[in-house]
Amino acid sequence: MKPSYSCALSIVLFACVLSWPAWAIQPRDFSDPQQQARYQQLIAELRCLVCQNESLAESQADLAEDLRNEIDVLVRAGRSEQDIKTYLTDRYGDFVLYNPPVKVSTYLLWFGPFALMVGGLIFLIILLRGRSRRVAVALTTEEQQRLKTLLQNDRSDHP
Amino acid sequence: MRAIIPLFLFAGLLALLYSGLALNPREIPSPLVGKPAVAFIAELLSDPSQRIDQRLLSAKGPSLFNVWASWCAACLEEHGQLLALARRGVIPIYGLNYKDERSTAQRWLARLGDPYAATVFDPNGRVGLDWGVYGVPETFLIDQRGIIRHKYIGPLTPELVEKDLLPRLAKLRAEQ
Repeated sequence: MKPSYSCALSIVLFACVLSWPAWAIQPRDFSDPQQQARYQQLIAELRCLVCQNESLAESQADLAEDLRNEIDVLVRAGRSEQDIKTYLTDRYGDFVLYNPPVKVSTYLLWFGPFALMVGGLIFLIILLRGRSRRVAVALTTEEQQRLKTLLQNDRSDHP
Repeated sequence: MRAIIPLFLFAGLLALLYSGLALNPREIPSPLVGKPAVAFIAELLSDPSQRIDQRLLSAKGPSLFNVWASWCAACLEEHGQLLALARRGVIPIYGLNYKDERSTAQRWLARLGDPYAATVFDPNGRVGLDWGVYGVPETFLIDQRGIIRHKYIGPLTPELVEKDLLPRLAKLRAEQ
């Protein structure tokens, strides 16, 4: 094999590797652009239960493909976004939503970080106030006297 | 004393994070628990001419509905446990053969033994989707009224059967 030939081959193979994700998930064509947009938005917002850190739009898991097919069918049938989300949460729970609804069981998730931040700020303010008060305390006349003598002694020790 | 407070806070944080490590992220609570067995009509794995529905699952009191496939390694691991449970005769086990080929699945059962009272054939995963299946094996515990009472995700282990399944079953029988 001539070097140039093997080089070209490796470039082609490398290009195949690069393009793998592009052709693994088939894009879908909807005649209605509104349906196309709804489909795209849904698969980006829904989570694959197998590869839990991927959306349905990204995941190559078998289950993700099944769910994309299902959403495709439902979108073509003219079902609304909310309908389709309910269809999936009825089966898989809130876990499939990357954007979970605000309800009692998700309060901690939604408001926990803010509660922590407020708590942290209050703690910080108390800490800083305590510190500034300590600095502001003035010396009593007695203490000032003592300080003066100490300083004078110091100077006489090291001329 | 004041200097120790951050140390306590840190220990608390460590305890919290450590307990988080023990959680299994694959165990997603099913919204189906507490709801009636999801309706389906499907062929039997053993006989394409026979169609059954979800009422079969509660026809003889509480039962297990076990989702499996011949391509699933964890199912193979679990299989001995199901066979042992079937031999004890404490609870009928129904199978849902998920996204499999009929001949392969039948051969798998012939080779390893068949713990199932009946197996539903679900080649395209349609029934599985309605039951919220996302990882095989999964096992549903169904009570005598046809309500889904619990879902086990992943293989049933002897420990799980003794410490969780059998106590749950005893409770179901007491309700009767």
